[in-house]
Amino acid sequence: MEEIANLFQGFAVALQPFNIAVMVLGIVLGVIIGVLPGLGGANGVAILLPLTFSMPPTSAIIMLSCIYWGALFGGAITSILFNIPGEPWSVATTFDGYPMAQQGKAAEALTAAFTSSFVGALFAVVMITLVAPLVAGFALRFGPAEKFAVYFLAFCSFVGLSKEPPFKTIAAMMIGFALAAVGLDSITGQLRLTFGSTELLNGFDFLIAVIGLFGLGEIFLTMEEGLRFQGGKAKIDLRVVLRTWMSLPQYWMTSLRSCVIGCWMGVTPAGATPASFMSYGIAKRVSKNGNNFGKGEIEGVIAPETAAHAAGTAALLPMLSLGVPGSPTAAVLLGGLLIWGLQPGPMLFVEQKEFVWGLIASMYLGNLVGLIIVLTCVPIFAAILRVPFSIIAPLILVLCAIGAYSVHNSTFDVVMMLVFGIIGYALKKCNYPLAPLVLAIVLGDKAEEAFRQSLLGSQGSLGIFFSNTLVSSIMILGLIALFWSVIQNGFTRLRTRTAAA
Amino acid sequence: MKRLGSCLTLAAAASILCLGASLPASAAWEPTRPVELIVPAGTGGGADQMARTIQGIITKHSLMKQPLVVINKSGGAGGEGFLDVKSANNNPHKIIITLSNLFTTPLATGIPFNWKDLTPVAMLALDEFVLWVNADKPYKTVKDYIDAVKAAPAGTIKMGGTGSKQEDQIITVAVEKAIGSKFTYIPYKGGGEVAVQLVGQHVDSTVNNPIEAVAQWRGGKVRPLCVFDSKPMAYDEQVADGKGWKDIPTCKSQGLDIEYVMLRGIFMGPKATKDQIDYYVELFKKVRATPEWQDLMKSGAFNTTFMTGGEYASWVGTEEKRHETLMKEAGFLAQGN
Repeated sequence: MEEIANLFQGFAVALQPFNIAVMVLGIVLGVIIGVLPGLGGANGVAILLPLTFSMPPTSAIIMLSCIYWGALFGGAITSILFNIPGEPWSVATTFDGYPMAQQGKAAEALTAAFTSSFVGALFAVVMITLVAPLVAGFALRFGPAEKFAVYFLAFCSFVGLSKEPPFKTIAAMMIGFALAAVGLDSITGQLRLTFGSTELLNGFDFLIAVIGLFGLGEIFLTMEEGLRFQGGKAKIDLRVVLRTWMSLPQYWMTSLRSCVIGCWMGVTPAGATPASFMSYGIAKRVSKNGNNFGKGEIEGVIAPETAAHAAGTAALLPMLSLGVPGSPTAAVLLGGLLIWGLQPGPMLFVEQKEFVWGLIASMYLGNLVGLIIVLTCVPIFAAILRVPFSIIAPLILVLCAIGAYSVHNSTFDVVMMLVFGIIGYALKKCNYPLAPLVLAIVLGDKAEEAFRQSLLGSQGSLGIFFSNTLVSSIMILGLIALFWSVIQNGFTRLRTRTAAA
Repeated sequence: MKRLGSCLTLAAAASILCLGASLPASAAWEPTRPVELIVPAGTGGGADQMARTIQGIITKHSLMKQPLVVINKSGGAGGEGFLDVKSANNNPHKIIITLSNLFTTPLATGIPFNWKDLTPVAMLALDEFVLWVNADKPYKTVKDYIDAVKAAPAGTIKMGGTGSKQEDQIITVAVEKAIGSKFTYIPYKGGGEVAVQLVGQHVDSTVNNPIEAVAQWRGGKVRPLCVFDSKPMAYDEQVADGKGWKDIPTCKSQGLDIEYVMLRGIFMGPKATKDQIDYYVELFKKVRATPEWQDLMKSGAFNTTFMTGGEYASWVGTEEKRHETLMKEAGFLAQGN
């Protein structure tokens, strides 16, 4: 019960007027950062970090973490409205969010996304409050083999039962792996596939690929279809929020599952992006409405958003208790902690109680404030779709270009974005699925790194992936997910046979 | 006209700078637009932390009239950042903070870059390396550990480190040579991750910088065995188990004759003028005098050697030779080097 007492002290800290003001400011800035594709939470926090040096550490971390929450909320907005994920973890949100917007249900999709984000975050904060030390210990058990198993599971659960022709899925994924391999190979320290070009030293940034493949590709398609932007009929009405809320409780199982997946991915720390993909993949598999996924199913928005936000929040736990950032944004926050003279690690919870519990309390309040702010803006966001396409498309193009430039301050990236746009258009025309390609770009090099680190440690033996209960159970889960359709078919056949007999 | 002519040779962004330079030539050079501080490493690492602390100090104490902007260019083990500054001919508004990848990246990858392409400004500090083991393991001294490594079959003891063919692996190879046994070196992305892998016993030892592992030491999870410097670190304040940084013996005194420190220094693009260099030297002298900087030095147990001008350049030259030898022996050189 000591935690509860500490938490109330934390609320007292977080509820000081100055801290509340800082919280609102942080959320608003964060939403803007999340909306701009490319800018991203990590860059946003890094840019604003020096502004906070003159504040007390607790206020400073409240502001920065609120920027982080804001960016998590904001990433969903452009994904749903324009098919452009503002953040890597919102890619999975586009799969059903954008079709919903096209059907004139943008407000419903936004409400569902924001509410699920809130639910995910709340679940993760409660977990941090109650079981922080326990969970931190769990994270320590994740070596390279366990990490690879997690990535393996993410791939399998997403790809196992895709409805696209399997060879096209594999082809798209292989293109993704090839693109992910460009740049420095972190295991040997050698450059790969750069062909002596200095621009390629950095490899293909995921964000550039996504802005191009999804955002530009979509604009090209719309242009071809006669400049018609569907979804213009979106009604502007605050009551839509309440109506959507009424429909949400029936998806409690999806939410709960996504929360658990999110917390697990955030703590281990694999991050919010695999969490959102995995959660979407599993929901698609398990849900009654699985066949509607990808065509504008609200559950397909709930699952990735809940998991991403739960993971994003849970990622702060290993950062505070172990000093390992669970996400790029957490890495920047970690740098901030050190500058304020706070040493993250096992002693932080003991020595800096006011700070830690102030931060945790601000997670509760910050997410609540964030939810209220973004929900009241839902009609405004949805109204953007009423602007004629011929006006909005050039604006989106410019925003995309700025976003692509700001990732590495490089004009080469803007050119790359255009190239990816054309590739995205061509792939869509030929019915190649984009999602496996993107998944491979995001997780490909991480999975490869973990795989090779494990093999280095085991001196080349694949047995390391089944060397203890933790890693083998994750691997087996992955294999089950991969062959789920086969297993399911087998079961149905068995059942019909017994029924017949 | 003469003034205009000299202007043109001076500035890349000619128009703005010319305005600045054609003002009354009363004072020495000063930045006329925001200065970019390039970090040739990712966000959250040691160089990044130092750069952002510098940015915070300069903002808080108003040490510059123009803002300082930190930009990470980590591609190709920092090669992206170095090439960027190399191409910043005559642009005094771009400086870079370096670590050992100043030497190791061009040697290992063969990118067209050498530190002589840049203008040395100042050495800010030297970062130490400490040999760490998990606190649950029985090794109390370097000798205990080396005996255990020698007794184990070659390659079964795992050393974790940051990056491949960079400082951590160079030290690992040097240790291998000194004791005549082999580790399996496992590269990770960042120092913090390496420290946690040691706590989780996924590797057997590390050569983390003090700041990367101090939190785990204070939490009683890891144990320092020795420091790879010529003399013990200067900070005697207690950190953990009644010990301070000063109480960690040098590796040399423990029979492991290896010394390695890592440069944390500032460079500018090619063709910087003396006025411009002097401006930055003065700026960093002021930064070093602030209490925030001293806190950073203490928390990371840095070696606070400060060098500028010819002394600094010749130090860098010697280090480059040393890295070349070390990397050649380890077989880390890129083909064609």
